[in-house]
Amino acid sequence: MKSPSFDYARARSTEEVCELLAQHGDDAKILAGGQSLVPMMAFRLLRPHWLIDINEIPALKSVSFELDAVRIGAGTRQSTILGDDAVAARVPLLRQALAYVGHAQTRNRGTIGGSLVQADPSAELSLVARVLDARLVLRTKSGTRTEPAATFLCGPMTTSLRPDEILEDIHWPIWRERRTGSAFTEISRRHGDFAIVAAAAQVALDDEGCCARASFGVGGASPVPVAFPALARSLIGNRPDQAMLRDIAHEAAAALEPDSDTHASAAYRRHLAGVLLRRVLQEAIKAAGTVQ
Amino acid sequence: MSDTLYPVSVEVNGETRSGHVPARTSLVDWLREHLNLTGTHIGCEHGVCGACTVMLDGEPIRSCLIYAVQADGHRVVTVEGLAHADGRLSILQDSFCETHALQCGYCTPGMLIAAQAFLDKALLERNPRPTETQIREAISGNLCRCTGYQQIVDAIALAARRLAAGAE
Repeated sequence: MKSPSFDYARARSTEEVCELLAQHGDDAKILAGGQSLVPMMAFRLLRPHWLIDINEIPALKSVSFELDAVRIGAGTRQSTILGDDAVAARVPLLRQALAYVGHAQTRNRGTIGGSLVQADPSAELSLVARVLDARLVLRTKSGTRTEPAATFLCGPMTTSLRPDEILEDIHWPIWRERRTGSAFTEISRRHGDFAIVAAAAQVALDDEGCCARASFGVGGASPVPVAFPALARSLIGNRPDQAMLRDIAHEAAAALEPDSDTHASAAYRRHLAGVLLRRVLQEAIKAAGTVQ
Repeated sequence: MSDTLYPVSVEVNGETRSGHVPARTSLVDWLREHLNLTGTHIGCEHGVCGACTVMLDGEPIRSCLIYAVQADGHRVVTVEGLAHADGRLSILQDSFCETHALQCGYCTPGMLIAAQAFLDKALLERNPRPTETQIREAISGNLCRCTGYQQIVDAIALAARRLAAGAE
């Protein structure tokens, strides 16, 4: 199907976007990569009067490195980050997750920020943002505010973004611990589809091989991706063995209340969550252990 | 609702093509309906099948998920841009014939563009012998309901070998 009629504005700067948003509010939608928005327009699930195209704003595609975070402009293509060795060296979960996001054709248009704003419960990038506690910078005409992923993602396809705000960039924390490892995995019907269930973990080990820091989470089994900070803390100071990881993964999965739908039953999703969490924890610890 | 027409000027297969379009016109509709470049096929129109794949600034994209007005000032290559000016098939196209990589042909333009973009990139990255896994990943966004994919994978591998041997 074809999109309904709309008016088009090609914005040249973030300031111009904010100006247009202030003017049109709910009547306008930001057009980033369009890989979700355009199909939704074609299905007539959305009928904005205005689309504000942000694809020609170089400032929204900048990637920069700070001591404790990688800053990625919201309009950066997914393919750019997938191919960026410097990002992968600092925040390896991003590349590990992006390998599961869509296909070459969709990653060449799809943006990092667009995926987060879309807030699909199964989206790989939302899960990584939640597990790493990414910070999102939101701009209006009058200034910026910063919000953690945990509160930015507030429901299925729902965020705390206000009608006059644009997601400007995302700060992905870098773990300074030398022996840090991470892992991402998911189950989907076909490669490139949204996950039925996805799991991600990042673990740091101290010099004795004990867990110094850990974070892990699950996507696709709840309205928004969830992390398990209390369970992650219970790993600290331990040299986790198979049985301990299995117990923790099982406990995390038991806390989920997934829905049943045409893709999978709630029981299957919970089962997957336990299995996939155990795997990513094992892999992340193994990866951390092999750092020289 | 808007009847506004927007100017659009795009380099298509090396030639500058201009016109005025409503914002809602997708790139693939503009290519097919306004420029009569009907080689690019429309399958699902919501970004699932890959039949409409074209190159935008050298990268494969789905032309049903971008509005024509967004391509203003950019470069597009469609399947019509793959063959030589005199009509001889490219190495990739010839390899598709060689290995019977098409039956009904509906997915073929998208497959060819996805594969050509992949081979261009592989060459740039000095990877003249891509693995079968890399080839399958490259065309994973393109559906084919006839071939079972094996002959398409064979065609791309054959084209890679021919290109590496400098057959052109």
